[in-house]
Amino acid sequence: MHIMEGWLPKEHAAGWWLASAPFIACGVYSVRKKMRDKPEYRILLGVAAAFTFVLSALKLPSVTGSCSHPTGVGLGALLFGPVAMAPVGFVVLLFQALLLAHGGITTLGANVFSMALVGSFTAAAVFKLSRRCGTPVSVSVFLAASLADWLTYVTTSFQLAWAFPDPDFVSSFVKFSGIFAVTQLPLAISEGLLTVMIFNALARFNPAELREMKILDDIRETVRQKRNAPLRESGIRNKAGA
Amino acid sequence: MRRYQNLWLALGVVLLAVLPLWIAPAFLPATGEVALFEGADGKAMELIGKISPEYRPWFSPLIEPMSGEIASLLFSFQAALGAGVIGYYLGAARMRDKLRREHEAAAGTSENNGNPEKNAPPCVEKAGTRRAD
Repeated sequence: MHIMEGWLPKEHAAGWWLASAPFIACGVYSVRKKMRDKPEYRILLGVAAAFTFVLSALKLPSVTGSCSHPTGVGLGALLFGPVAMAPVGFVVLLFQALLLAHGGITTLGANVFSMALVGSFTAAAVFKLSRRCGTPVSVSVFLAASLADWLTYVTTSFQLAWAFPDPDFVSSFVKFSGIFAVTQLPLAISEGLLTVMIFNALARFNPAELREMKILDDIRETVRQKRNAPLRESGIRNKAGA
Repeated sequence: MRRYQNLWLALGVVLLAVLPLWIAPAFLPATGEVALFEGADGKAMELIGKISPEYRPWFSPLIEPMSGEIASLLFSFQAALGAGVIGYYLGAARMRDKLRREHEAAAGTSENNGNPEKNAPPCVEKAGTRRAD
């Protein structure tokens, strides 16, 4: 989803910067406030940010014969809300733009918009909606992360098609989607699976925080307690975790 | 099944990453000239070159990795940084869980010695109220 340095016309680059900047500022404010109010969430935010670092560095082969990478923003977005991931995505993309010449400063606004805004708003919305429909937590996490990943790449196709119509927007969008959106299908599934894995760990070790964030509900916790209580007393609970 | 859920998930991820290595070449024309498994980002930039050949990037990266090797070093550094933090969390959380259980077990036995009537399962109540760090 990285649009390379200088590959967006000036007006587009500036426009996407303008669109992303308020969210980044808002996100910094929201994260700082959250960490001040709830210092115990700090480690979870660290894990979410670290997850984005790992996943966005993994370039995986796909069925189309090209390589692409997951984004990892879904996890943080469903834990801390969509705006919180804007600064995290910004830092990751800045690192890659400055040190790796992957993406760029001029296209950073557009890249933040697709990865950290469209991606994280999708994740948060899908998770909420899916939970409201009574879908199990793991399935909801999977759907949220996969769709966030995939729509990030659809957004990149949109951005490029808008900047480079061939001859009109729609046919250009189809071409760019052929590169990004199709390649991304298996990767989006991978991202969903990886996010469920790390989410399982969080649910096992920090259930109290996740319940406070209204991500796990109390029914699940009661079931877990019932299942674990007798084992825990006899000291073999170790193996019973998620 | 649930107990090994993460193992199955990891297996799924590995399969999704490995299978394309066989599937993709089978569907592509075997001219030998098509470079396989290049970055999708690069392909998109090529497509821009086809759509508007007159377009030139108006800005170039400030620093570029000297070679593909150095780029992959920096990518692995990025991944290692993230994996390190996640590993630290998992280790710390596991230890905290273990110590808390030992603590509860110890508290449970001493309570029972002092007051046998208070012999409620200690962890059922405490699990709900436990703190993070």
